[in-house]
Amino acid sequence: MKPLKVGILTAIAMVFAFVVTLFFQAPRSMAAQAQTPRSGGELVFAVGGTPPSFDGHRETTFAMLHPVAPHYSTLLRFDLLNYPKIVGDVAENWSASKDGLTYTFKVRRGIQFHDGSMLTSKDVKATYEKIIFPPKGVASSRQAYYGMVGKIDTPDIYTVVFHLKRPSASFLANLASPWNFIYKSDILEKDPRWYEKNIMGTGPFVFVEHVPGSHWVGKKNPNYFVKGRPYLDGYRAIFIRDTAPRVAAIRSGQALIEFRGFNPAARDDLVKALGNKIVVQESSWICNLTVAINNEKKPFNDPRVRRALTLAIDRWEGSKALSRISLMKYVGGLFRPGSEFATPEAELTKLAGFGKNIETSRKEARRLLNEAGVPEGFSFTLKNRNIKEPYEVTGVFLIDQWRQVGLNVSHVQQEEGAYFNDFRQGNYDVGIDFNCDFMDEPDYQLLKFLSSDKSPLNYGRYKDPVLDDLYEKQGHAANLKERLKVLRQFEKRALDEQAYQFHVLWWQRIVPYWARVQGFGKTPSHYFMHLGDIWLAE
Amino acid sequence: MRQYVLNRLLLMIPTLLGVAVLVFLMLRVAPGDIVEMKYAGTGAFAPKEMLDLERAQLGLDKPLWHQFLSWMWGIVRLDFGNSMWTGRPVTYEIAIRLELSLQLALMATIVAILLSIPLGILAAVKQDTWIDYFVRVFSIAGLAVPSFWLGIIIILGFLIFFKWLPPLTFTSFMVDPKANLMQLIWPALAVGYRYSAVAARMTRSTVLEVLREDYIRTARAKGLWEQAVLIRHALKNALLPIITVIGLEFAFLVGGLVVTEQVFNLNGIGKLFVEAISQRDYIMVQSLVLLTSFVFIFVNFITDLVNAWLDPRIRYQ
Repeated sequence: MKPLKVGILTAIAMVFAFVVTLFFQAPRSMAAQAQTPRSGGELVFAVGGTPPSFDGHRETTFAMLHPVAPHYSTLLRFDLLNYPKIVGDVAENWSASKDGLTYTFKVRRGIQFHDGSMLTSKDVKATYEKIIFPPKGVASSRQAYYGMVGKIDTPDIYTVVFHLKRPSASFLANLASPWNFIYKSDILEKDPRWYEKNIMGTGPFVFVEHVPGSHWVGKKNPNYFVKGRPYLDGYRAIFIRDTAPRVAAIRSGQALIEFRGFNPAARDDLVKALGNKIVVQESSWICNLTVAINNEKKPFNDPRVRRALTLAIDRWEGSKALSRISLMKYVGGLFRPGSEFATPEAELTKLAGFGKNIETSRKEARRLLNEAGVPEGFSFTLKNRNIKEPYEVTGVFLIDQWRQVGLNVSHVQQEEGAYFNDFRQGNYDVGIDFNCDFMDEPDYQLLKFLSSDKSPLNYGRYKDPVLDDLYEKQGHAANLKERLKVLRQFEKRALDEQAYQFHVLWWQRIVPYWARVQGFGKTPSHYFMHLGDIWLAE
Repeated sequence: MRQYVLNRLLLMIPTLLGVAVLVFLMLRVAPGDIVEMKYAGTGAFAPKEMLDLERAQLGLDKPLWHQFLSWMWGIVRLDFGNSMWTGRPVTYEIAIRLELSLQLALMATIVAILLSIPLGILAAVKQDTWIDYFVRVFSIAGLAVPSFWLGIIIILGFLIFFKWLPPLTFTSFMVDPKANLMQLIWPALAVGYRYSAVAARMTRSTVLEVLREDYIRTARAKGLWEQAVLIRHALKNALLPIITVIGLEFAFLVGGLVVTEQVFNLNGIGKLFVEAISQRDYIMVQSLVLLTSFVFIFVNFITDLVNAWLDPRIRYQ
């Protein structure tokens, strides 16, 4: 080729490259401009359920948290832009004694309830006493997580002191729970159940309206204690129980976000329809599906059979296939992959069912079944919820995996009432159970594996004092290194040696939302959303 | 006639009582309870003591006969109880949804009447012509296509071609008629089409039957104007079964639009019904069953009165 031609072609290529660069730079610079928060606007978001009562201390569903939490503050909270960093909410600062038994919190001054009264340490104390030592006739869903607390003191109106009975690795994180709304002590004194039907908080938004089954409206709190926040003038939560209308609501722009998230198919639909108007946030999720095994039933009372069941599952290949069509994605042990407690892959692959050579694992599974006297073609049922995503998909996957080691499994999908009833009564062979937590914390993630008389979450019907003891040990560990050591022992016993029950895969959290929504943060939990930090770009 | 009305009204009481007993027992036979659903359903760590406390607060720890009698005693005092899920009075929860459901049922009925009666008569009068074939295809298609599917098609059409969706929250007609109609007209069309298919087929066959009667031949022989024969003699007599069908369908629509309400995200009685059943909200389900039964019985009663008014033979019996 002649030098002139080469020169011309080079020039054309450079011009082309310049144009392409400009093309891609433009949206980026627009995005950079959009990073300056602006005030105003109403955020409309969809909620895939309806709140039962309005009491955060009592309820356990995100459908209560999403519309109601913006009216409240908590003592501490997770920094959603830097999860799992903990920051103060009504607490200005805090300190812990050297022995880890006393935590002192200084409450910010000048925080007002929406009725204009001032928040003091008395309100924090009354709130936590309701959660930890609920009065007779008051339900507290998270009482069990605060067993370490002995008493709460308020030396002055801006100081709260928690006295612990024993050191606890999870105590501080528990105070950042999004459920622990700070209530007004005067109201609690008169009627501890007042908050089930009423709202009175110190959060960034004031209550405006709730139409049951339809929507919830809040407006900006002009006296919010964080200067310059909230950015939004208000918010409107629309209750849309079914996935298809929720996707349609986002697609039409009638809702800008759904904080829980969608499956891959919905994400693809929205991206295809809305292009660059929509952004997608993807992360792992502190949720998983677990294979629950009835340890009282033969032959599942034999650890060899349970090990065979987990060995037969090709999680690594399953992850690739299932993540395309469902929420199931991450291979992990007892802790969310990516969390500080997660087992490193090199160690994980040594546990039964997590190895990468599936042929070897299945050969071992067949050997174990044979040794335990389980014949080829042995039949049992897999009980599952009648929910397509991700339950049904996972059920079909598991049946296929077990078929490959000569087991014949029938899929029984049940309506939730019957499903939970059968699990509670032990009327099942093997089933698909689930777990979702608001934070990465072994105290939470291990609860399902404690002896069934200690944990109502354990449907496996087994008792193991060794696991119970390890659970206590990890909770009191002096530092992370020591804690991780105990956690690995727990994991080895629960998943490998005994294989009482085991996770299939951890979920992926996919949140497609309109690009106008800014300041949302990124967390592996759908229980977090701090509307005070969210703003709408023009 | 007065005795007939009184008898029918009195008959409602044992019918509703029977329904109450049946629904109460059937709900208790179904496995699981609301407390289990509420806590286990969300994966919450709920110790037995807490579940027991919740059950006691809801009165589920009492014997069945006690639960039934206290519910019945409440009804006698017009206190239908509180929703076990939200704790609010069921009358409040139902009232919020009833306006939407009644309006939707009414709009769908109007759509159905406007479509079915003219089309049915036309098909009968023009029997075996292309008009008749068209009406028959139209109505068979209406029967074959579920209204929720038609609803999905309507929504997809709006989303794909107009990037628009009917409003997701309900606004009362008295507050903003435009917003109200923008939301409800589409489900009313989807439901009204299926409903009209049933009524159009009924209209066609009954008009055809009546047109073969001797008195029609006599009327024509007297030289009456054909439209007078059709409207005054044929239609009036053909209306009886049509009114019955329309009445029954209307009663069904008040609580039976479960899937259509889900597709359009309508906060109606049907959606409340499904949620209450899946949550095992006994008091809510019992109240809703009583309400829909009452609507059925009442609409039937009104239909019978209209039939009696239209047909002297019924009155004289």
